[in-house]
Amino acid sequence: MATKTKAKPIGSMQMTKQMYQQQASKYQPKRNVMLNCFRAFWVGGTICLLGQALQNMYIHFFGFTEKTASNPTVATLIFISVLLTGLGIYDNIGQYAGAGSAVPVTGFANSIASAAIEHRSEGFVLGVGGNMFKLAGSVIVFGVVAAFLAGIIKSVLKMIF
Amino acid sequence: MDSKKQTARISRQTWHFAEDVRVQASAVSVGPKEGEGPLASYFDQIHDDVYVGQQTWEDAERKLMENAVTILLQKASIAEKDVDVILAGDLLNQNITTNFTAEKLAIPLMGMYGACSTSMLTLATAAALVNAGYAQKAIAACSSHNATAERQYRYPTEYGGQKPPSAQWTVTGAGAGLVGIGGEGPRITYATMGKVTDMGIKDPFDMGSAMAPAAVSTIHSHFQDTGRTPEDYDLIVTGDLAAVGYPIVKELMRAQGYAMEDMYNDCGLMIYYPEQEVFAGGSGCASSAVVTYSYIMDQLNRGLLKRVLVCATGALLSPISYQQGNSIPCIAHAVAFEGGI
Repeated sequence: MATKTKAKPIGSMQMTKQMYQQQASKYQPKRNVMLNCFRAFWVGGTICLLGQALQNMYIHFFGFTEKTASNPTVATLIFISVLLTGLGIYDNIGQYAGAGSAVPVTGFANSIASAAIEHRSEGFVLGVGGNMFKLAGSVIVFGVVAAFLAGIIKSVLKMIF
Repeated sequence: MDSKKQTARISRQTWHFAEDVRVQASAVSVGPKEGEGPLASYFDQIHDDVYVGQQTWEDAERKLMENAVTILLQKASIAEKDVDVILAGDLLNQNITTNFTAEKLAIPLMGMYGACSTSMLTLATAAALVNAGYAQKAIAACSSHNATAERQYRYPTEYGGQKPPSAQWTVTGAGAGLVGIGGEGPRITYATMGKVTDMGIKDPFDMGSAMAPAAVSTIHSHFQDTGRTPEDYDLIVTGDLAAVGYPIVKELMRAQGYAMEDMYNDCGLMIYYPEQEVFAGGSGCASSAVVTYSYIMDQLNRGLLKRVLVCATGALLSPISYQQGNSIPCIAHAVAFEGGI
């Protein structure tokens, strides 16, 4: 503890790290949480609405069932997201919408496509192949681990009751 | 002033250049966004393509530094072989931009790394080498590129993650200055080398708060060592503290009796218009280099500014260090210029 509260010189002043951080935080631009939530809501909602429209289209015009239509729906959304990433548009949507464009499947596709584009200059194997899951990798890892744990809990509960 | 030895070292941090050390010429080469900024008319070369006609962003940054030095040599009407040493640095691993550029120029290289403080680190060292006679002509140069810095420190450029308003926009550009004895151009009179300062800021999207104490430390030492005050300068600039760090420096300096009001500005705030969507402002080696080697040199040469202090600020983090939970060590180096003498 003693080292944590030790004052350090900034010019002729003596300040502890806590004192400085408190003083500096005054100048931190405030994030408008309500506005951010609203933007995330409407952009995220619009992406989901688009997904629903696509699903209905696949059911009504292409003979898919409600269950099987999800595959072409997701594939179409991924295609749109990757295209917008390649055209340099998706990152602007992301800056505006925050979680709204990060959470749906389009955000996942963007994280993979953006890493693949970024590392293209280092070659296909070590560049694209080695780096495209740089950001998405942890989503996959923790997604699988969470699903595994949920599966075990469900199985155990089934055995007990 | 008769003995160089007596006047060269003012203190552990501050050097005085007793010889007539001058920035004899300077040049900058920038990207498109900088070319749309308020200082555009002062830039020697503006590229309308962030790739600068190259295949990769890394090559683009190299081209920017090469171009800055080439234009510098043209402006000074000298050849590569007339330059004894180039002191240069950038933000990429192993200073790679600098290494390739120096190979092409075939000028002896002293590669330096001070993150975004590299502009004044190289210039101060160049002035010291020239003042001491180890070099007759030395070039100080540095570069940064928005896309290469994003890859180096953050996420892929097309990744759609949201950045907080305290984030900064890395300047795409390169600046170079030719240092020599005599001739024309602003004099370099003092340099104050900074100490690493770390006040425990860990957020790499908040470099302004992290670097402000380093700037205060160096500027304060500069005033103490030289006996000067803010009023002795027409302009004092920090390198890239932007909208968050700038008011912190003002407040901390005021609290220590050095009111830096109208004469104080920040290169990260000067290089872009606020409407250019650059979050808190510009950052990167090129922020201070481009502003110093274009606008400030021009104003000094034309006598519109008499005395200027440039304090370049650098966040010495590595991508690994902050992921491991370390705070951001910062540094600032200051160089004092005098025009019209």
